[in-house]
Amino acid sequence: MRGSSGVAATFWSFLSISSSVLALEQQPFQFEAMSVPTYTLPPLPYAYDALEPHISAQIMELHHGKHHQTYITNLNAALKSQAEAVHAADITTQVALQQGIKFNAGGHINHSLFWQNLAPASSVDAKSSAAPKLLKQIQATWGDEAKFKEAFNAALLGIQGSGWGWLIKVETGKEQRLAIVTTKDQDPVVGKGEVPIFGVDMWEHAYYLQYLNGKAAYVQNIWNVINWKTAEERFLGTRADAFKVLKASI
Amino acid sequence: MNSTLLRTTAVRSALRAAAPKASTRAGLAGTTFVRGKATLPDLPYDYGALEPSISGKIMELHHKNHHNTYVTSYNNFTEQMAEAEHKSDIAAKIALQPLINFHGGGHLNHSLFWENLAPTSQGGGEPPSGPLAQAINDGYGSLDAMKEKFNTALAGIQGSGWAWLVQDTQTGNVMIQTYANQDPVVGRFRPILGIDAWEHAYYLQYQNRKAEYFKAIWDVINWKAAGKRFK
Repeated sequence: MRGSSGVAATFWSFLSISSSVLALEQQPFQFEAMSVPTYTLPPLPYAYDALEPHISAQIMELHHGKHHQTYITNLNAALKSQAEAVHAADITTQVALQQGIKFNAGGHINHSLFWQNLAPASSVDAKSSAAPKLLKQIQATWGDEAKFKEAFNAALLGIQGSGWGWLIKVETGKEQRLAIVTTKDQDPVVGKGEVPIFGVDMWEHAYYLQYLNGKAAYVQNIWNVINWKTAEERFLGTRADAFKVLKASI
Repeated sequence: MNSTLLRTTAVRSALRAAAPKASTRAGLAGTTFVRGKATLPDLPYDYGALEPSISGKIMELHHKNHHNTYVTSYNNFTEQMAEAEHKSDIAAKIALQPLINFHGGGHLNHSLFWENLAPTSQGGGEPPSGPLAQAINDGYGSLDAMKEKFNTALAGIQGSGWAWLVQDTQTGNVMIQTYANQDPVVGRFRPILGIDAWEHAYYLQYQNRKAEYFKAIWDVINWKAAGKRFK
């Protein structure tokens, strides 16, 4: 299924990050001089009000400018502490930092993927026809697009507490299949062979100012702003392709 | 591997939860194992009574919509549990357990929460006295020191959940514990005072500034109600 363009993109993104990795590795014994990579907030690929009326500008602004930024700030602080703990051979601190890193890195990963898998409802990217190959496999898996959405919505509404719903591609050797999964809190989709295709944020901050306790309406309306073009690209690409937005925001 | 299993189960139970229940209900009518239903308790004060700490709009949605949904869902799943019990359907009973924990927990937690809040005109924010005050001083040095630790615990919750001052039934001591989602305080620990850290508890008023909510809520804590829970 994987096109040669996907392979080429991976190759080039590998080259671009490998130079910075090499720079770090050249001075393994001068740790103090080494700076920890810090992540920055990726810009939204559209204006805050571009997803109206399905997601209000106020929600988007708080969600991107405040919530996402907080995950990044906390992630950078935790990574700095981790680097210090590694340097000091402080294994207990390293272990203690793991959950905070997972949570805040997950928040950064999830939101970065989420912004990209949304698009203004009026754009052609927001039509499922922008994902012909993905749609074919969705039909093969769930029968038709409507049944897939029904199953996805049920998964979203079944989340107890904060979390996300994802359509993922699971690659096992030469086989690949689609699956709907939910993840709690900010747990990211990083399992072996798993490629996130699109995600829907089910934290209350993602909809509450507009939908209040009516989360079923949010779940219904989010389909108007799903970016199927991005979904198709992630479906045809590799894991590294899906996560390349993160490399860009270091 | 565990996480994959959990996720699959979550999706399946979500699908099950969304399936029509009409036939189940009809089947239950007239049977003897339908029990007393949980009901939404009245608030012991007006929706606007906790302002400015908690807005009237938040209180109204939180009580009438969120809490009520937990009550309705709990009754629904309890009914299904009774039917599964009746049929000795072990698989169905196990599948229902997390739903009963979640919705039953939501009902318990909110019921305790409303009770351990009070408008300032009805004693909200007045510090505890008696044995509970003593236990807090013994454990934390002072009420202010305890509040500071409590707020740190609240701020550290990753996702939805609650922070509780609980009493350890083995030692009698009080301690601060956080619980994920709607996990209720049951078993070894006795709930003394709970603060809801779900976003729906503060978002309309405080948005992402949750530390301000955690600071403001102490002005409407009903320590008298908390003291009655302490043994």
